[in-house]
Amino acid sequence: MSEERLDFVLTVNGTTHAVRLPPRRLLSDALRHDLGLTGTHVGCEHGVCGACTVLLDGRAVRSCLVFAVSTQDAEVTTVEGLTEPDGSLGPVQQAFLECHGLQCGFCTPGFLTTITAGLRDNPSPTHEEARDMIAGNLCRCTGYQNIVKAVERAAEIAHGFETVAGATSSATGAESGQLEYEDRDDDNASTGLGA
Amino acid sequence: MKPAPFAYHRPGSLTEAVATLAGDPGAKVLAGGQSLVPLLSMRLAAPSALVDINALPGLDTIDADESGVTVGALARHADVLASSAVRRVQPLVSLALAHVAHATIRNRGTTVGSLVHADAAAEMPVVLTLLGGSLAVVGPEGRRSIPAVELYVGPLESSVHHDEIAVSAFFPTLAEGAGVAFDEIARRHGDYALVGAAALIEGDSVRVGYLSVADVPTVVDLSGVPEDQLGEAALEHLDPADDIHATADYRAELVRVLTRRVVRSAREFRQAQPSERP
Repeated sequence: MSEERLDFVLTVNGTTHAVRLPPRRLLSDALRHDLGLTGTHVGCEHGVCGACTVLLDGRAVRSCLVFAVSTQDAEVTTVEGLTEPDGSLGPVQQAFLECHGLQCGFCTPGFLTTITAGLRDNPSPTHEEARDMIAGNLCRCTGYQNIVKAVERAAEIAHGFETVAGATSSATGAESGQLEYEDRDDDNASTGLGA
Repeated sequence: MKPAPFAYHRPGSLTEAVATLAGDPGAKVLAGGQSLVPLLSMRLAAPSALVDINALPGLDTIDADESGVTVGALARHADVLASSAVRRVQPLVSLALAHVAHATIRNRGTTVGSLVHADAAAEMPVVLTLLGGSLAVVGPEGRRSIPAVELYVGPLESSVHHDEIAVSAFFPTLAEGAGVAFDEIARRHGDYALVGAAALIEGDSVRVGYLSVADVPTVVDLSGVPEDQLGEAALEHLDPADDIHATADYRAELVRVLTRRVVRSAREFRQAQPSERP
């Protein structure tokens, strides 16, 4: 017996796609395999790692924990939908570039979507709130410090403190294009060991 | 890591949803799916059909009045947590919700779904039990209300019948002069708690509810127990177990620590002005 397939419409990054899929198709798989939007990455596939995070009606959700068919009335935004209409990087993407917020890049799409929604809810996060914003996403490369910086930098960019990328690094003297931030050691700050 | 095949139903009315559910003994209700979908993906469950209630109208309500907070079956944790009316009427709901998984999970997961999932490691079943709340369900025979004390019968097992759909949960208001607190300890931020505790102090009554240290959400009456014996008194009613995350002894120690903390915090809550409360 062949598996039942359902006809429905997925709306992704403003484009509607008529699809015919089995109901068990996860949204993450529908995006990647059926729509070819491979920007969304699949890590753990049970809601722990956050790599597959997309926006559902503007709110960050795990696309591996939602069935595609269940999102037929919703607007999905993936990492591909975060660039500006002219193709330039969105504020969070630009901040990741400036702050060296990624290494291998596998987890990055999930961070970008999570932070995009997070900054919409809280446009001026404190350092603690910036950390909390990304607490549900795992990164095995960076040690998170530059991602936290990227959250804070993205907030600045969104507020209009925009600088040309090249001018930014020369102005601060940072060779890697990384901005100089107040010297912080979060491990020491939270454990008291740095005192 | 892919779910087994299932039939999918997306009813437009509650009557249709109940009838669909009643017509298939292997069917399950899908709301937020943040607990159900991982179970399906890991093939720990393989229902013959899912009845997706996300298109049902009028279930995403959050109402708070002087009697308490009523949360509809499609109200997402994030919306309940963001409600200032909920925080004012029953602050324990908000205090506990902040510990439910991560923001991203709370955006999709529903509070009522968490209650029905009946996980003894979850926060909200303990809160409902401690507060003496109830769950409203609708089945082929009509609507009934299940008091929290009758709701949890075993691990991941509730007294909701197969053909019933939970439509709302009721958390009674916090009495004048009462205090509440919630705390938990988890290996990683947002992960399942090794132990969690919620306290409710009203007059001379001191009661603490526990998660992850018994098969069902467990509330212990600690009224009149001296401060230094709170944890031991609680442990007489609990059954901390070994697993890969912690030993039973460590969990018992966490019960002692958390019991002291939440009882102290609930007392502080009583003394604080409303504007100073968490």
